Amino acid sequence: MLKANFKKQLHTFELDIDFQADLEVLGILGPSGCGKSMTLKCIAGIETPDSGYIELDGVVLYDSARKINLSPQKRHVGYLFQHYALFPTMSVEQNLLTGIRPDQAKDSREKSKQVLQTLKLEGVEKKKPHLLSGGQRQRVALGRILLNSPHILMLDEPLSALDQFLKWRVQLDLLELFERWQKTVLLVTHNREEIFQLCDSVTVLTDGKNDAKQTVTELFSAPQSLSAGVLAGYRNFSKIEIIDLEKGLFTALDWGVTLDSPKLTQNALHCGAFSQSLKVLGETDQETQNVIPVACLHQFGKMENESLVCSTPGGDTGNSILYIELHKGETLPPGKSESFHVSIPAQDLIFFNG
Amino acid sequence: MDWFPLWNSLRIAAISTVVIFITGIFAAWRIAKLPRFLKGLMDVILTLPLVLPPTVVGFFLLKLFGPYSAIGGFLIKSANIRLVMNWYSAIFASVVVAFPLMYRTARGAFESFDPTLRFAGQTLGIPNWKIFWKIVLPTCKQGILAGTVLAFARALGEYGATSMISGYTPGRTATISTTVYHLWRTGDDAQAYLWVLINVLISFVVLLTINYLESRQSPNQSAQELER
Repeated sequence: MLKANFKKQLHTFELDIDFQADLEVLGILGPSGCGKSMTLKCIAGIETPDSGYIELDGVVLYDSARKINLSPQKRHVGYLFQHYALFPTMSVEQNLLTGIRPDQAKDSREKSKQVLQTLKLEGVEKKKPHLLSGGQRQRVALGRILLNSPHILMLDEPLSALDQFLKWRVQLDLLELFERWQKTVLLVTHNREEIFQLCDSVTVLTDGKNDAKQTVTELFSAPQSLSAGVLAGYRNFSKIEIIDLEKGLFTALDWGVTLDSPKLTQNALHCGAFSQSLKVLGETDQETQNVIPVACLHQFGKMENESLVCSTPGGDTGNSILYIELHKGETLPPGKSESFHVSIPAQDLIFFNG
Repeated sequence: MDWFPLWNSLRIAAISTVVIFITGIFAAWRIAKLPRFLKGLMDVILTLPLVLPPTVVGFFLLKLFGPYSAIGGFLIKSANIRLVMNWYSAIFASVVVAFPLMYRTARGAFESFDPTLRFAGQTLGIPNWKIFWKIVLPTCKQGILAGTVLAFARALGEYGATSMISGYTPGRTATISTTVYHLWRTGDDAQAYLWVLINVLISFVVLLTINYLESRQSPNQSAQELER
């Protein structure tokens, strides 16, 4: 279990971290430059916070009040760097052997052989890292960490340096590893799909401050802030003005329409909707709730689905634009610059207090 | 033919290179990690001998080690060791003059060293000294070797400060460079040409070595560049 509660002044903002990770895969989701990597570095002891408290499995790693600050060597933190940080002058095998701590050096050759086997690295053990593929490099780095038997595993953007094809393979490998590992895992990423596919729970980090921990499903159904909504993949946002709280009636200012939803809350300032939850209405549709007249500005065809960019009565710039994703077989709109209607199911609208 | 100047030059250069190798790497490693202002200041101080006229360096050395200086005077009185006008006096001169070459090349290599490699080593529990020996030095090998060869070449060719602190005594303090000067003064062109030729040959080999080291792009560096 990891408890992290610390502050550190950075160039443009203050990092203010407060979370607890249990026996789970906890994702830290945030845009680039929000302090994600710095958070990991502080936990690993590579950087020192200005103040706060970090505890791992009952061992205090850092406590500014008691002036405790363990060196990275003593923290037993497994850190997978974004570019893996393999030692370039050493072979795969030598790299793996550096992971074994002297007090566990018994049978180290045997242990490294075993790791080579489980990570499917047989045959490349004598190669230098620059001759390996991206996926192999990551596996060597992971193997080196596993041989080190750390108390926590921290992954910094583990999939972003891999190409699309390798990604899903590595994702499977990681899931398998997490299952066997049975210890706390921290995973830092800017990609919501990685959170969705790899993590149990998630905390959103924006401008150095992290939201309360949520389950991954909660993040996608009820993000806690506008920025969390953006990271969770919401594309449509509008400022709102409440007309009648009891009836759930409000004006979506950016979209220039009046909508209603039972989920409306007193403090709501913005509403949002997934691009997939918008429905295009055909001539014969009888839908009357939350109907918005729109005009198509752009249309993108993809393999699986069609994306539309539409203007609303609110205008055709910024938040006034609606992004709609149609699934295969759904009614197609008449075509570019034609007008038609869409509806937002009341249950699919979400509200933000910020 | 008296080969003493060649032998003397080589031993002075070799000893100087060993001293410079250790101190240069140490200084470069320490200074590469300093905060910016302090780094700039130390950098200027340690690079100064490279741009100062060797006679200025010689002047300072004489003031520091001469028989009337604190250090030089003390050693003469207590142990009868004279730091100037001996063959090893030239080591002081060539160390000071050639040090910046080693220091600057090594510092460049350390600064281009990817710090996440160091962090990775630390989180794996490897002690800092071991990280330096097993990871940093091998990764920076090319730069450090190039610096060493450059420093050796400079030490071998040192003239100005050497002639001031060591003088020219045939068979005792004569080096290749001071011998060439002496032969020119006495008009012995044939001998002078011979020593000039030897000097050119040595420099040629040294430069070839440096070029070879620099062209042999280390696989590590190219791999790291690919990753970026």
